[in-house]
Amino acid sequence: MNSLQTWIKSGVPWVWLNAAAVTASVTLVAGLLLLIAARGMGHFWPAAVHEIVYQEVDGSRVTLAGQITTREDVKASRLTEAGRTVAEGVETVERMLLKTGNRDLSGTDFRWIYEPSILQITQPLSMAVLERQEWGVFFGRVVGLKQGEDLLESRDAWSDFQALLERAAGLRGQIRELEKGAIGRVNYRLERLRLAERQLELDGVTDPAQFESIQRQRAELQAEYAGLEEELVSLNQAIRRDAVIMQTAAGQEVELPLHTIIDAWMPNAMGGLQRIGHYFHQVWSFLSEDPREANTEGGIFPAIFGTILMVLLMTVVVAPFGVVAGVYLKEYARQGLLTRIIRIAVNNLAGVPSIVYGVFGLGFFVYTLGGSIDQLFYEAALPSPTFGTGGLFWASLTLALLTLPVVIVSTEEGLSRIPRSIREGSLALGATQWETLWRTIVPMASPGIMTGLILAVARAAGEVAPLMLVGVVKLAPSLPLDGNFPFLHPERKFMHLGFHIYDVGFQSPNVEAARPLVYATALLLVLVILLLNMVAIHVRNGLREKYKGLET
Amino acid sequence: MRWLIAIGGVAVIWAVVLIFFYLAWVVFPLFLPADTRLAESETVPGWRGDSTPVYLAVEEQQEVGLRLSSGAELAFFDVASGRVLSSEMLPAEDGAALVLAAEAVERHGRVAAAAGNGEIFVFRHSYETRFEGGVETRSINPVLEYPYGEAPLLDLDGAAPIALAFSDNDSGLLLAAVTADGLLRVLVAGKRENFLSGQVELDPEQRELQLDFAASGLAVSGNQRWLYVGDDAGRIHRYSLPGLEWEEAVEVSVAGISSIAMLLGGISVLVGDNDGVIRQLFPVRDEDNAYRLASVRQFESLGSPILRILPEERRKGFLALTATDELAIFHSTAGRLIERTGLAELQPLALALAPRADGLLIEGAGPRLNRLEIENEHPEVSFSSIWQKVWYENYEEPEYVWQSSAATNEFEPKFSLTPLVFGTLKAALYAMLFAIPLALMGAAYTAYFMSPELRKWVKPGIEIMAALPTVILGFLAGLWFAPWVEENLAGLLLMLLCIPPGLLAFSWIWHRWDNPLKDMVPEGWEPALLLPVMLASGALAMWLAEPVQVLLFGGDLRSWLSTEAGISYDQRNALVVGCAMGFAVIPTIFSIAEDAVFGVPKSLSDGSLALGATPWQTLVHVVLPTASPGIFSALMIGLGRAVGETMIVLMATGNTPIMDWNLFEGMRTLAANIAVEMPESEVNSSHYRILFLAALVLFLFTFVVNTVAELIRQRLREKYSSL
Repeated sequence: MNSLQTWIKSGVPWVWLNAAAVTASVTLVAGLLLLIAARGMGHFWPAAVHEIVYQEVDGSRVTLAGQITTREDVKASRLTEAGRTVAEGVETVERMLLKTGNRDLSGTDFRWIYEPSILQITQPLSMAVLERQEWGVFFGRVVGLKQGEDLLESRDAWSDFQALLERAAGLRGQIRELEKGAIGRVNYRLERLRLAERQLELDGVTDPAQFESIQRQRAELQAEYAGLEEELVSLNQAIRRDAVIMQTAAGQEVELPLHTIIDAWMPNAMGGLQRIGHYFHQVWSFLSEDPREANTEGGIFPAIFGTILMVLLMTVVVAPFGVVAGVYLKEYARQGLLTRIIRIAVNNLAGVPSIVYGVFGLGFFVYTLGGSIDQLFYEAALPSPTFGTGGLFWASLTLALLTLPVVIVSTEEGLSRIPRSIREGSLALGATQWETLWRTIVPMASPGIMTGLILAVARAAGEVAPLMLVGVVKLAPSLPLDGNFPFLHPERKFMHLGFHIYDVGFQSPNVEAARPLVYATALLLVLVILLLNMVAIHVRNGLREKYKGLET
Repeated sequence: MRWLIAIGGVAVIWAVVLIFFYLAWVVFPLFLPADTRLAESETVPGWRGDSTPVYLAVEEQQEVGLRLSSGAELAFFDVASGRVLSSEMLPAEDGAALVLAAEAVERHGRVAAAAGNGEIFVFRHSYETRFEGGVETRSINPVLEYPYGEAPLLDLDGAAPIALAFSDNDSGLLLAAVTADGLLRVLVAGKRENFLSGQVELDPEQRELQLDFAASGLAVSGNQRWLYVGDDAGRIHRYSLPGLEWEEAVEVSVAGISSIAMLLGGISVLVGDNDGVIRQLFPVRDEDNAYRLASVRQFESLGSPILRILPEERRKGFLALTATDELAIFHSTAGRLIERTGLAELQPLALALAPRADGLLIEGAGPRLNRLEIENEHPEVSFSSIWQKVWYENYEEPEYVWQSSAATNEFEPKFSLTPLVFGTLKAALYAMLFAIPLALMGAAYTAYFMSPELRKWVKPGIEIMAALPTVILGFLAGLWFAPWVEENLAGLLLMLLCIPPGLLAFSWIWHRWDNPLKDMVPEGWEPALLLPVMLASGALAMWLAEPVQVLLFGGDLRSWLSTEAGISYDQRNALVVGCAMGFAVIPTIFSIAEDAVFGVPKSLSDGSLALGATPWQTLVHVVLPTASPGIFSALMIGLGRAVGETMIVLMATGNTPIMDWNLFEGMRTLAANIAVEMPESEVNSSHYRILFLAALVLFLFTFVVNTVAELIRQRLREKYSSL
């Protein structure tokens, strides 16, 4: 007993508790990352489709097909409360959330099934999963193919189905290219003509020749448009030619037009390698495709694109200003009260809540600056705003302001690591202060500056709150970078990975179905940001090592 | 070149200042006083028959006015010149002079006008705006109608009314009049729409009552349930409708009541007395579920009898005219007198307030038409309406409420920032409660005890979490953690009880038991050793949750909380936010505190150890006090981050602006409120500016907190440079 008292007196238990705090923090961090990784990566795996003969509460039997997404134990008492009968002596019952798909037929994507009511569970090889343009996935068997009104004779329906799917995919690609490419271009030009005409009216130009020229161009474009539309109609007819006849687990036969089907696979028949191949195929389409069905299906390409473009624009703005301010503070300003105040201000700026930047961006950039720009340069488009509403450019500026302190602080830090001797050496050789700075110090400090920029990029990529006010949308009609002059459209609204997570996770009509996608998006974002941070840390450590020897 | 860089540097500094001043600049107009200015004063050619005005109105653009004269002439006129555009006679009996007119509580240009012979007519004036040749050519075309026919709707049998009240909404029409001898007559009419013609037909029903007091004012509520009669002894009598039964008399003032009007929405009665005091009253439900007329607030006295009260048409503000021809502008929610101005020079005979309340048309002696421009953009904002309890309409008592918008225009906006500040502090408090122990203890251990090899991994590992986007934390907290907590509340709370004793028990065993493993685990690696212990005791807690709940809480803690303890439980609550936001704050606090502890010179701790102190004693009595400014600065910066965090609270709480410290209920914070409401607030409206005020409050709060932290850190640095 005595030894327990001395043990407690010595404070060792407290040391252990402190150690436990570290363990807890690290466990939380690791657990969080594992959770995101597990949920985010699992979604693309071609999970087995189970066919289940199931006894309903009223005693009737149904055949269900689907993928089991979660399993959990439920207390028997809770089931009896809910009106289910449970065998005597059973304390808990396992229930599973079955993704049944076929929302167009049943109205729901998911249902709970209870383990004791399962009469038979199999994994038939012929069970196929169809990924569709709308109504979510479809589970069923291929029973036949149709071309126009005729049933296709086919020995191997599945491989013929695959071939027809490929044809439809090709046509779909052509249609998209036509719509987004040629037709989009014509529409864009028509809109510019309309604006040009309005501008002429506003300028009070009465010269009919100018208006006639616009009319002529418009007529040309409209003719071009008519031709394109014809092409589009014929493509649309071609893609609608084929259909597949599917049989659900319950035996219902459904005819699905092929143009609504994006991909089809038979997970139960796949071998290990095939599954892995399919997995990466799915990951790729998640990264490279547009979202479908109110963002709950499909890919996140526009969000990735928007995030990257916004961050790039932000870097272009923040890099010169941040570096210049850092250099000024460290190399030019006389160290004293003023620089101290400035440093405090910069540190403060780093601590200001990001939403405040959003408010500032909305009020100052969007409404004040953007409104004035519209008045001056985009009068023709009024009353619909061009720069007077949130957009890529304003979002980049807002985030540039937000990340400015990060860049200033790391630039200063990088500069302060350069030993005095180098500076003095350069000056002693007759270089001016500018030459010393530009030729010697900045190159040596560049890893520090890079660190700051990388950290700024990482911060900007994950920031959502201010963007919600200055230009992020849930679904942007067009990318801010395209083939139409002037190619970069900084006034356009854009999509963003972080906002995508918020929007799909909290504002989407079908949260349950969208959840795996949100995890996958979150995983992507976490990976990008962790990677950027690790690179930054690595660069910083490298810099430290490099100049360690010089500091004596 | 030097200059270019200097300019760039200073420009950046200005950017900081610009943010502050821009926010302040947007907020500033909220606190500007109202302003009135006499815009036009035209002598108009005499009106027909040199009659006096009974009623005056002006449309929204303040271009066309309507004047009803005592000679029963209804004339639309051009406001700028006073020129009559069109005129017609009210279908009153020939020679009957008009004495009174009252606008419907709901407005829409509906007016009841009473003639001296006791006949009361209802007409409606409206204005069509046309743009015949583009935007620049606006023409306003006045229309006069009699929606219920030209015959008088109510007849007082030859006696002239002294007060009139009128309400006309979609379901019914109510017209009340009282004569000098105390005859109160009320017309209650339900409305029926004729299916074939689409015309509205009335089901009229009349009631009357002989009053035993001298009535001086009359008003009806917008729901057509109450009739208010003011008397010359300072009482307000409330009658219920349609039965016209006396309900209560409330002593409002010692002076007689001189004027009475309904505020926008038809809920509040504004009562002006002969002493120049205006009071706001509305029926409040008491404990017995019966209505009592409560005097809700009293406005600053104007010093002479209130002749007229003019409620605004779109806001809860009103104007008052006194017997000494002084005009005062009030706002009910803000409870303040905004502006007073003398009109004695104009000798006002009739007033008309523009629908946007930005102008007042005054017919003065002469005859002269005067137009007063009123600049009063944000009357609803005052210190008390933003920070103090306010008694809102339909509420039983004064409360702090944030509710910025609703479906109807008659809604009283409730802009109390107090519940939002409360929510912000609540979220920050719970987050700090979660984060401080973990972060500080972890920092102390990492800096002082941990082996350097492990520290090389642990420190960046925790720090990198500072970069984790909060949207991800918020998403996990809202969609994964909140449902999990709801299911496993007992297990989670038991972990708090299980894990620390489990760890201590393990460390005691480890201490006593000479096992071979002891040599394999070097000093400073305890955290790695504790990992399985922690997981095991966590699992134990989860396993114990079931029997403990059965034993103590009747099977389910959550239902026990709500039924037995009376604590309500939301799925997205302060506990979830505390954990998620605490998680976000840990790396910030950890990193700065760890630096501070690590920076304590080795000589200090070595000296202490050499004198025989144990490592723990050295840490607590020597190292931590030395590092305390740095630790304090870490806490301040962590607090700043918790206060301003947006996405986590937005996603992990229900965002209901309630004021309750309950761990199991949500909150709405300033930052989340801005994120939710900013995109849909109208530019430069009071709402917009108040949201900017919220941003400014956040800015200033973090500014102060960070400056204090920074100053302390700089002092610390100076202190160490001497050691």
